[in-house]
Amino acid sequence: MTAALAVDGLSFSYPGGRLVLHDLSLTVEQGERVAVLGPNGAGKTTFALHLNGVLELQTGAVTVSGLPLAKANLREIRRRVGMVFQNADDQLFMPSVREDVAFGPANLQLPKDEQVARVAEALAAVEATELADRAPHHLSGGEKRRVAIATVLAMRPDLLVLDEPTSGLDPAGRRELANLLLSLPLTQVVITHDLPFALELCPRSVIVSGGTVVADGPTSELLSNTGLLAAHRLELPFGFDPRALGDR
Amino acid sequence: MAGAHRHLLVHAHSPIHALAPEAKIAATFLFVVGVAVTPREAVWAFAVDGLVILVLLAVAGYGLRQALARLAAVLPFITFAFLVPFVSSGERVDVLWFSVSRDGLWAAWNIIVKAVLGTGASLVLAGTTPIPEVVRGLGRLRVPAVVVSIVSFMFRYLDLIVDEMGRMRTAMVSRAHDPRWLWQAKPIASAAGAMFVRSYERGERVHAAMLARGFSGTMPELEHRRAGARDWTWCLLVPVVSISAAVAGFALT
Amino acid sequence: MYAMHAPDGFLEPTVALATAVISVVVLVFALRQSRRDLQDKQLPLAGIAAAFIFAAQMFNFPVASGTTGHLLGGALAAILLGPATGSVVVTIVVVVQALLFADGGLSALGYNVLNMAIVPAFGGYALFLLFRRIMPKNSGGIVGATGLAAALSVVLSAMAFSIEWLFGASAPIAFDDVFTAMVGVHLLIGIGEGLISALAIAAVLASRPDLVYGIRDLDQAEYTARTKVSTRTFVIGGVVTALLFAVVVSQFAADDPDGLEKVSIDEGFADQAQDHALGDSIFADYATSGIDNESLSLAIAGACGVVLTLVVGFGLFSAVRRGRQDEPDSSPAVV
Repeated sequence: MTAALAVDGLSFSYPGGRLVLHDLSLTVEQGERVAVLGPNGAGKTTFALHLNGVLELQTGAVTVSGLPLAKANLREIRRRVGMVFQNADDQLFMPSVREDVAFGPANLQLPKDEQVARVAEALAAVEATELADRAPHHLSGGEKRRVAIATVLAMRPDLLVLDEPTSGLDPAGRRELANLLLSLPLTQVVITHDLPFALELCPRSVIVSGGTVVADGPTSELLSNTGLLAAHRLELPFGFDPRALGDR
Repeated sequence: MAGAHRHLLVHAHSPIHALAPEAKIAATFLFVVGVAVTPREAVWAFAVDGLVILVLLAVAGYGLRQALARLAAVLPFITFAFLVPFVSSGERVDVLWFSVSRDGLWAAWNIIVKAVLGTGASLVLAGTTPIPEVVRGLGRLRVPAVVVSIVSFMFRYLDLIVDEMGRMRTAMVSRAHDPRWLWQAKPIASAAGAMFVRSYERGERVHAAMLARGFSGTMPELEHRRAGARDWTWCLLVPVVSISAAVAGFALT
Repeated sequence: MYAMHAPDGFLEPTVALATAVISVVVLVFALRQSRRDLQDKQLPLAGIAAAFIFAAQMFNFPVASGTTGHLLGGALAAILLGPATGSVVVTIVVVVQALLFADGGLSALGYNVLNMAIVPAFGGYALFLLFRRIMPKNSGGIVGATGLAAALSVVLSAMAFSIEWLFGASAPIAFDDVFTAMVGVHLLIGIGEGLISALAIAAVLASRPDLVYGIRDLDQAEYTARTKVSTRTFVIGGVVTALLFAVVVSQFAADDPDGLEKVSIDEGFADQAQDHALGDSIFADYATSGIDNESLSLAIAGACGVVLTLVVGFGLFSAVRRGRQDEPDSSPAVV
């Protein structure tokens, strides 16, 4: 079966010379949920921005469900890869929730009634139907996060990439998000500092450090390896013991 | 005066609130133009215009105190206008114990009455039209789509930026910063510069988010209720009054 | 006073209409150039920049012992974003303030936009380019050029308003008096505007010099050093300059007829329109009567007009020429 995502030898530096990604390779199968862990500045967000072609490839290749990332395929790639950004305010830029969720389908040039249907479907999936006519800046953090996910679901992506989805959420919001993501049958790549969240959601994790993948395996194994964690500035919350949760 | 701009929406459900925004905007603008071209000697014409504004303010749901408080925005100009008869040249007349320019008095009257009526009309529009509707109304009036989109983005991020600036201010005040003189303004100005960088970077992230959802340079068309004949008829009645008064004013002076 | 948005009725309808037409023409051009400058980033960047300017105008900075002023921002916007985008952004702020916040007359938008957005943005940018040439080639030089350009942009606006008054005065106050008052006051206002703009751009240069449109064509490695702006010197120097200038200007516009002359002017007011050289001119009677030395006044007005046209025109021209030379965007190859 074609991999949902195949990243091969990705290298990237910003103008000014700083090499941020260094020969990064990763394969994610259909339906997998993979957590991407790593210290700040490791290049995780830069990596994410490659997956939907926001950053132009310098070295390496990215393939989404068999379709290679290239200028000619950008629109389709961006439909297939649903990117949920770290800061919800950055991606809710329309005057109302409804218009934000409709933005993607409208850009795909779907017929009007199809757009309306997609909006309803996406909002229902995140349980935000009642928020449709609200202005984004009047929403709470958790509501914004859910609506942001809806804006991406409306495009019916094959793969969901989430950058620090739990940042700024209170424990209840975190719970709601975890339940939501568990309920979505999409391939998911979750970039996160929230190790317990990664353990709960993602059976598999990779650690990205210094611009490349330094570890790749079952989440509970990685999180039990305190030496590995410490080497890359990762640390479990006080009193949290992954082994106590049994095999996940 | 550009100070704390809080939105002037009156929270009521008047018939004016329900009218289509493009009709209201066009009507307000035309009404003000009518007032502006009215010859200053036609005092009765301004009285008619004033009556129209008062009625509209009342229908819109303005309380007396609220309306007066907001009209006070015009006070700085009224103060300036009071000086005009004193500094103007021309034939003098005696008013109370002052000798002022007669033409200056007329000129002051001209400025004051037009400023007050213009502000009153703006208050009716602002009081009955929420911001998203104003944005849609502008689009309907054939304002270039680019401009409408920029305005829309502006409003979307205005609160965030104001809040962030407020937080920076709080942080400075918390460190006992209490500037009184221009040369102490450095932290405020530096904060403004930092704020610009943050805003710009946010703009770049929003752009990335737009690209991620398929944006290719032009905003997609999104549908809204169009103004009907009923909206236009009711709205255009208002400028008809001020423009007729202006024309009659010209004819009679 | 241009520092505040002018209300309806301040200037005659003919001038309101003429300035509105000029503004629209310039803005059509500016919008197109802005699109060329920013490409598909135009919408979010210009929108957020407009929000920034709007918010920045809301916050006061201290002037003296409790009195406060606020930033107008036209020149700063032009130096940061380019004059085309800068003028569009400030125009949007001015229009929205009139439409939704009852700040400024709707029929006065023509000259409010011209004076508060177009003249400071294009004129300020042109001045920035000129000063940049004579300043040292480092961050301090850019900061200085920005400060001076912003300060003078305010004076340009005052000059523009004075010329508009010459054509469309609504009160019998002579052009000379208006010119002196406006330019004099705005020299002082300019000190604040210049200082705040300079400090603000120093902060931007310290973290993201690549964002500054005004130095796009320069080697940015030279501009990353932190600058130390001595605010006290700036303020004192600025006040002294402004006072000197005001004293010089006021010599021209001093209008102080002695007793007899005053009476004859009063009595003969009705006859003056025919006797004066400026009598049957296109200028508003109100603005031209009561002037002591007509030819000098005309010369000042003419000089202002020429300066304004040259400076703003240079700004417009630079905007196009710069736009054609630049690459569309300088950020990491966004597709």
